[in-house]
Amino acid sequence: MSNTDDFGKPLKSTSTDDLGRPLDDHAPADASVSPVAVAGEHHPSHAAPPVPKVAAREARPDSPATEGDGGRVRLAKVGKAGDKVFLGLSVTSAVLIVAVVAFVGLFLLSMALPSLMANQANFLTSREWNVGGEQLAFGIAGLLWTTVLTSVVAMMIAVPIAVGCALLITMFLPKRVASPFGFVVELLAAVPSIIFGLWGIKVLAPFLNPMTLWLQNTFGWFPLLGKGLSSTGTAFVASVVLAIMILPIVTSMSRDVFAQTPRDHIEAALALGATKWEVIKTAVFPYGRSGVISASMLGLGRALGETVAVMIILAQEAPGSPFNPSLFAGGETFASKIANNAAEFDTPSKTGAYIAAGLVLFIVTFAVNAMARIIADRGGVKS
Amino acid sequence: MSTATEATEHVGKFDLSKPKGARAAKNTATTVFVYACGLLALIPLVWILFAVISQGLPVILNANWWIDDLTGITFRRAGGGALHAIIGTLEIGLICAVIAVPLGILGAIFLIEYARGTRWARVVSFMVDILSGVPSIVAALFVFALFITILGQGRSGFAAAVALVLLMLPVVLRSTEEMLKLVPDSLREASYALGVPKWKTILNIVIPTAFSGIATGIVLGLARVMGETAPLLILVGYAQGTNTNPNSSVMGTLPTMINDGRTQAESMPGYARVWGAALTLIILVMGLNLLARALANVGKVKNK
Repeated sequence: MSNTDDFGKPLKSTSTDDLGRPLDDHAPADASVSPVAVAGEHHPSHAAPPVPKVAAREARPDSPATEGDGGRVRLAKVGKAGDKVFLGLSVTSAVLIVAVVAFVGLFLLSMALPSLMANQANFLTSREWNVGGEQLAFGIAGLLWTTVLTSVVAMMIAVPIAVGCALLITMFLPKRVASPFGFVVELLAAVPSIIFGLWGIKVLAPFLNPMTLWLQNTFGWFPLLGKGLSSTGTAFVASVVLAIMILPIVTSMSRDVFAQTPRDHIEAALALGATKWEVIKTAVFPYGRSGVISASMLGLGRALGETVAVMIILAQEAPGSPFNPSLFAGGETFASKIANNAAEFDTPSKTGAYIAAGLVLFIVTFAVNAMARIIADRGGVKS
Repeated sequence: MSTATEATEHVGKFDLSKPKGARAAKNTATTVFVYACGLLALIPLVWILFAVISQGLPVILNANWWIDDLTGITFRRAGGGALHAIIGTLEIGLICAVIAVPLGILGAIFLIEYARGTRWARVVSFMVDILSGVPSIVAALFVFALFITILGQGRSGFAAAVALVLLMLPVVLRSTEEMLKLVPDSLREASYALGVPKWKTILNIVIPTAFSGIATGIVLGLARVMGETAPLLILVGYAQGTNTNPNSSVMGTLPTMINDGRTQAESMPGYARVWGAALTLIILVMGLNLLARALANVGKVKNK
């Protein structure tokens, strides 16, 4: 209204504020700062009143238009009932989720505590697992090592490949090739874990065996690659299978984040003569870093808790055998330990011991998630 | 001579040639790496499918496979089918989805549309984080201890479905949440500016825009749940006969059918049926994937 003179030309004096604004103000950060909370406060029903007022002022005094009717502008009535129902439903489900999780946690804790009290061994440092008799003696050191080892190795294998795939889909392939390719990678997530386990032990393990033997013979001096099992069910095979299982999750999440990179940033980088790698480094990675981290952590969480595939693949060490940190040793993870003994939950004290192990796994996974969240919140351009 | 110098000077000022040296090398290295990753990612799927199809196809091509169960058939005997397991898997998956999908989507709507940035959102988000860290075996332990040890019920398909809900819920909720976050605020604001109430904005603007992502999340969740074995092993067991009642007794499912026969000698007909069950399970889950893909494409057209 005030930006034009009578002839409809723009008035320079009133628009200097816009024109004089330095380019920096349009920096990427600005785009992501407009939060939905603001939109939520500008509820349509609050914004509605000013319109009829203007219309009413223009209407002739003798016209029978009542207040709020607004003459030419007819405003439909906005029902509030739907809003209330919808809000009620979503709040109810949120409360239900919170209640269920709190109940699960407290319930498991109450089941685990009596067994922990009766435990004769050091829970954190012992590798013993004796829950059959009257005397409970169990510790999680061995389980913790195997679980963390397999999952971290799986993540180290999967994340670079997943980021590569996500870049391939978003930056390199033409669209009509990219979306089928992305779909095929996602299909990998549809393969059930028991089939991964079956394939891992029957097909992949024999295939990897020559390589693991060579690694053991060449780098055997390094504890992680030391002499392990004679059987093929090693932690290494489990790690490779876990890596394959988390690959589609990390890929699809990274791809989604990369695809959200503002077109302007990419085009600006290209206009400055950047190569594709430089575009990725300067525009795509800074924007997607937090998303990739949270995707990797989600994958790690999945790997930590994976049960059946690991249970099928990993060969159990004989009870009382010495600790072997090697990637080529067998062992049991938290989840596979519980699953292997699923038939044993007959007394509460026994079940409690396994639940205690499960709770530790729970805490480890949660710590990983929390760490990811902190990193993502601190370092991310995007929320 | 002089022209050459001029050309060099010109290039010094505006270098419009293609990137050279280290820059070009890095770019080539990235390209090679990225394509190699793509190739590497395809290998496992092709390999698994080949292994499962080559060993499972002869088994499932028999018509009896789809209309018969394994009542009275031992590992040594050929024949029989997987009907009991197919029914069990579908039934448990369906019960689970019916509970988990509405809860997950509504929870995500609460987080993004109603409580974004508030303390309540942080509490719910925190709880979902915890839930997503629950390993399937622990969820199964929980339901076992509650339903079977304390409430004194027997094993049932419903108990397994409840344990699976705990696993599917965070997947559906998180993916829906991520997708709702990506819906541009300008769309919501445009809708509010037209006087559309919030719930209609969510139903007609926000969810259709995010539909493909939400569908993907549901399918990933369902795929995870249908292939889960641990809760089924503990909570519903395995039966060779058909049982359609989710509220009572043991029930056959495809994953437990695989688990039941996987330790058999490779010459046994029972071992061949393991691969048949594996192929059936893959067909089922991938069929769902394709369905979701089709649904997602319908959603995308609506956006344009």
